[in-house]
Amino acid sequence: MSAEAIATPLTDASDRLSRPLLRPSKVLMWSVLMVGGLLMVLPFIFMVSTSLKFNNEIYELSLLPKEPTWSNYQFLFEETRFFRWFVNSLIIATITTVSVLFFDSLVGYTLAKFKFRGRIFVFVAILSTLMIPTEMLIIPWFLLSRDLGWLDSYWGIMFPGMMTGFGTFLMKQFFESVPDDFLDAARIDGLNEFQIWWEVAMPLVKPALAALAIFIFLGNWTAFLWPLIVTTSEDLYTIPVGFAAFSGEFTTDWELIMTGATVATLPTLLIFIMFQKFIIRGVMLTGLKG
Amino acid sequence: MSLQSSREPFDSGTPGVVAGGVKGFTVAEKKAVWAWIFLALPIVFYVGIRFYPTFSAFIISFTDWNIVGDKNFIGLENYIRLTQDAVFWKVLVNTLLYGIIGLPVSLILAFVVAYYLDQVRFMHGFIRALYFLPFLTTAAAMGWVWRWFYQPVPVGVFNLILVDFGFDQQPFLRSTTQALPAVLAPAIWAGLGFQIVIFLAGLRAIPSTYYEAAKIDGAGAWLILREITVPLLKPTTVFLIVISTIGFLRIFDQVFNITNQGDGGPLNATKPMVLYIFETAFDSFDMGYATAQTVILFLMLLVITLLQLWYLRKK
Repeated sequence: MSAEAIATPLTDASDRLSRPLLRPSKVLMWSVLMVGGLLMVLPFIFMVSTSLKFNNEIYELSLLPKEPTWSNYQFLFEETRFFRWFVNSLIIATITTVSVLFFDSLVGYTLAKFKFRGRIFVFVAILSTLMIPTEMLIIPWFLLSRDLGWLDSYWGIMFPGMMTGFGTFLMKQFFESVPDDFLDAARIDGLNEFQIWWEVAMPLVKPALAALAIFIFLGNWTAFLWPLIVTTSEDLYTIPVGFAAFSGEFTTDWELIMTGATVATLPTLLIFIMFQKFIIRGVMLTGLKG
Repeated sequence: MSLQSSREPFDSGTPGVVAGGVKGFTVAEKKAVWAWIFLALPIVFYVGIRFYPTFSAFIISFTDWNIVGDKNFIGLENYIRLTQDAVFWKVLVNTLLYGIIGLPVSLILAFVVAYYLDQVRFMHGFIRALYFLPFLTTAAAMGWVWRWFYQPVPVGVFNLILVDFGFDQQPFLRSTTQALPAVLAPAIWAGLGFQIVIFLAGLRAIPSTYYEAAKIDGAGAWLILREITVPLLKPTTVFLIVISTIGFLRIFDQVFNITNQGDGGPLNATKPMVLYIFETAFDSFDMGYATAQTVILFLMLLVITLLQLWYLRKK
């Protein structure tokens, strides 16, 4: 991954060498930060290690299983519907992400690059949706879904998140930095406005699109409240909802619960490890712009 | 229509280039048509899935609707009922406690880590990643991991460690006083990395000339922190206060997964507003009463956002 290449700061070694001395206070500071960081990830280590243990060993604090086993995973994928939930989440998060990328960037582009009457009004209206908490919308969404027959379906889970005010705002900011000359040149070449957006403008904001894609995917992967409300049949659960139902049933089988938690969390951890620098830069960017 | 060509003064460059065009539309007009074509579906979405539901939430909150019966307009009755509902007061206090405890604890921890991490170069990215990792996890899954940690001996990690060091076992989730902080801990843990990263970005945005000048003047680290870093970090801090407060007041996933049967117990000791809303709406199907609660939550969050806007405008 190209993100991996940026991940190792080149200045690190030279910076360190140019310093005259390693002062003890600096070493102490570093060590405390490191220990704190390791404590932060300790819950994951416990989670993963317990998922590899047999039931009789889970009462021991040791992080390394004496007899590592995949049997918990085998049970999860063969005897429960975890695989189905995993696939559901994958499909839902992917479709939602594609939709958000398409529409948020289209709207962001339109608001950034077209001058027309009502532009400010549309922008402020979309921006104002950021102030409406999901909790206030779920009851009306539930009614809407019930009346339109969307309850207990993929579409029912997905529809509220198909576009976002946050993504629109973010993409608008990025499209504003695209020079108008590029777009005018394409206009002279006879491209229509849709082609100009798709073929000229979109490639120029790829980094922003990638950052948005990661946030939206993760947001949908971890979403809990709405999928919990809108789904009733087990086959349609997303992984957090399925996991919660499963754990409620096996309340004391901690090795199985930890296995489920690992399965639910692993994809997000993998995405983070792959795109670490990129994600953090994205968070910084949105934080500063927000 | 075609005569009013330069209605948009900002678009002056283009009309000359491809004047005329289809049916005598000017370039500016054609672009406006394209703009509305692009916005058509999104407008349907925002009106249908955001604005109309917001509007109807307010309407439902003035009715006695229970999903099967008729919607009868009952005025402010739901809101009056809220003021007399002991459980609502309890969950309101709990919600505020999540914010009042969660915000300072998480923000101070995040600032201390960010402040020192900013000065560390060796393995900077790796350490930052360790702190950030919990932010990306599924709250439902982490709720169960922490629930396991809080179990009594011989299961729970925390109690095993306490007993190993010769301390008494703690009831954690079974105690009405310890349960709320115990539920809050994973929420703080999960959000810390985000706060740290935002603080780091803010710290990096402070021009180094300020620090250099201060050092030349002989200012010590404490003075620099107090007189330069903290004041210049204020916009970042305000942003984090708003985002984090809203996050804590909307707490749900952790409580639902960490407490027994997801009931916000023991004895409602950990139940936040969102969980009470969820129960009122989807266990009791008392939709009118539940939406009245969502309106209160909305107003609380709105006040926080408006305070931020007011602060930003003041600057």
